[in-house]
Amino acid sequence: MTTTYREALRTALREALSKDARVFLMGEDVGRYGGAYAVSKGLLAEFGPERIRDTPLSELTFVGAGIGAALGGMRPIVEVMTVNFSLLALDQIINNAATIRHMSGGQFSIPLVIRMATGAGRQLAAQHAHSLEGWYAHIPGIRIVAPATLEDARGMLWTALEDPDPVLIFEHQTLYNVEGPLADDAGAVDIDHASIRRAGKDVTIITYGGTLGKALQAAGTLAADGIDAEVIDLRSLRPLDMDTIAGSVSKTHRAVIVDEGWRSGSLSAEVSARLVESRFYELDAPIARVCSAEVPIPYPRHLEDAAVPQPLAIIAAARETLGHRG
Amino acid sequence: MSEGMRLLREMLRIRRFEEKCAELYSAAKIRGFLHLYIGEEAVAVGAMQALSAEDAIVATYREHGHALARGISMNALMAEMYGKREGCSHGRGGSMHVFDAATRFYGGSAIVGGGLPIAVGLALADKLQQRSRVTACFFGDGAVAEGTFHESLNLAALWKLPVLFLCENNLYAMGTHIERAQSQIDIRTKAQSYLVAAETVDGMDVTAVEAATKRAAETVRRGEGPAFIEYRTYRFRAHSMFDAELYRDRSEVEAWKTRDPIATFSAKLKQSGQATGAVLQAIEDAVIAEIAEAVAFAEAGTWEPVEDLLKDVYTPAGGHRLASAVEVGS
Repeated sequence: MTTTYREALRTALREALSKDARVFLMGEDVGRYGGAYAVSKGLLAEFGPERIRDTPLSELTFVGAGIGAALGGMRPIVEVMTVNFSLLALDQIINNAATIRHMSGGQFSIPLVIRMATGAGRQLAAQHAHSLEGWYAHIPGIRIVAPATLEDARGMLWTALEDPDPVLIFEHQTLYNVEGPLADDAGAVDIDHASIRRAGKDVTIITYGGTLGKALQAAGTLAADGIDAEVIDLRSLRPLDMDTIAGSVSKTHRAVIVDEGWRSGSLSAEVSARLVESRFYELDAPIARVCSAEVPIPYPRHLEDAAVPQPLAIIAAARETLGHRG
Repeated sequence: MSEGMRLLREMLRIRRFEEKCAELYSAAKIRGFLHLYIGEEAVAVGAMQALSAEDAIVATYREHGHALARGISMNALMAEMYGKREGCSHGRGGSMHVFDAATRFYGGSAIVGGGLPIAVGLALADKLQQRSRVTACFFGDGAVAEGTFHESLNLAALWKLPVLFLCENNLYAMGTHIERAQSQIDIRTKAQSYLVAAETVDGMDVTAVEAATKRAAETVRRGEGPAFIEYRTYRFRAHSMFDAELYRDRSEVEAWKTRDPIATFSAKLKQSGQATGAVLQAIEDAVIAEIAEAVAFAEAGTWEPVEDLLKDVYTPAGGHRLASAVEVGS
């Protein structure tokens, strides 16, 4: 069947709410409004206001309440409207969700799922468009995933809910309208492994989330030039599946990391460092990175486009690892 | 033992335990930050009388009193102070992060105001699962200046959640007097502005604390939504072990000490004939013996092996994976 990323997320929510009485969704405007990105549209009518809970604009408290409800035996899904708003809840996520299991000596687990939109591309400027998932991936005690495909939009939620620890799901806001085929029997997927989205032998392009499409587009163009790129979708940003990443680089001997986060102190820096640590002698060229420009994401379309990774930059970086200039 | 004597003993256990902790801190047996509750014992002991074993507690970083009054063993608490594996948080938390699943004690939190949203969530879980339990959330006057106080009271009132918001107003947020930090120092009115039933009570009087907390707990159990109590109390000791107390006059401390909750209650019991010097001495001796045993237990405790450093950052793979979901409607 043909579906959209948004509908795949909604199907996953519907399935979780139908299968497990402990699951409920809460967040700003998830009910009557239908969700800021319309992901939960219609669910209020199906599941009622107890399980599709509109919250006040109190990110710190409703995220913390998600932690408490998880401690109390529920399986909450908390929607935070955008990654920039999640900063208001940072204390609860980092000081409580990520620490309580360890700090309590393993007595308390927090099976909490937090979903949020991330990334640029819709001209929302510098308070709605950042890519801070790499920051969250810095924190031990939480898991970070980024569904880039319809299968993952459909399948990651249930697996995240089954995980006894907090899982943050980052949905790139340019993906919600992406349409494509999805198997009728699509269901839960693993959230442990990276996935090779395009097999190739000349260079490995490593990315995730909203830039996967751009990386695949770049790989298509490179193929026309006779360069066979392998494209890896990280899927899980914490933990990183270094076996898949390093295995690919051992084959291609070249790596381009594409990350919509800023370059400084980024997830791309982490992947790069780990490749250097473990595969230094396999590398035939310096690792290349394509990241966002070090600016708050600007409003005008042409500047926003210039600020974030684009296929042309990915192509240029890949060619450079192969010794091609320009 | 009469009810009054039991309350007195519980307060005394906290007092003597913490006096020993201060000693052990000087002896470098206890490290990190150590915040003593001395002077405020009537609050934890009185409030805890309103709770049953099914109820949940969320406390602060000054929580030794709550932990002992809740029934966490003194051995496990002292071992936690030492950082030993036999501690109630398995040595991972220390003084500020006391956890205990068996007594539904959800911490110990060193982020002021950080516990309120968690209490709201615990209460939400109870409401969604139609359980008639109460979550008691302790916090200080300092937390009232945090956003979580306002967000949490609003949300709990909006959703009629069974939370007891228990504010220990000891007048100081670390070294900042409430008059220097809050435009409205009548904290009760802030709770009332969220339409939360609120009461102010003398936090130095254990029976007044008990009575007020029981009244509030009853309304919460009846499904009337959250309730709020402000306990007017005072911390006799420094904020932590690194505090020269430059921010308050000695005379103020001495004035409050004349209202010592243990001394005044003990005198009251004697006056009413409920206690004699001999009985009080016997209680004192028993408490001292319990503390000596707790110190011996902590001393004999073991250090977590360094190989276990990363244990419990995440649940072990497969360890807790949900075998089956709870069927909708079941």
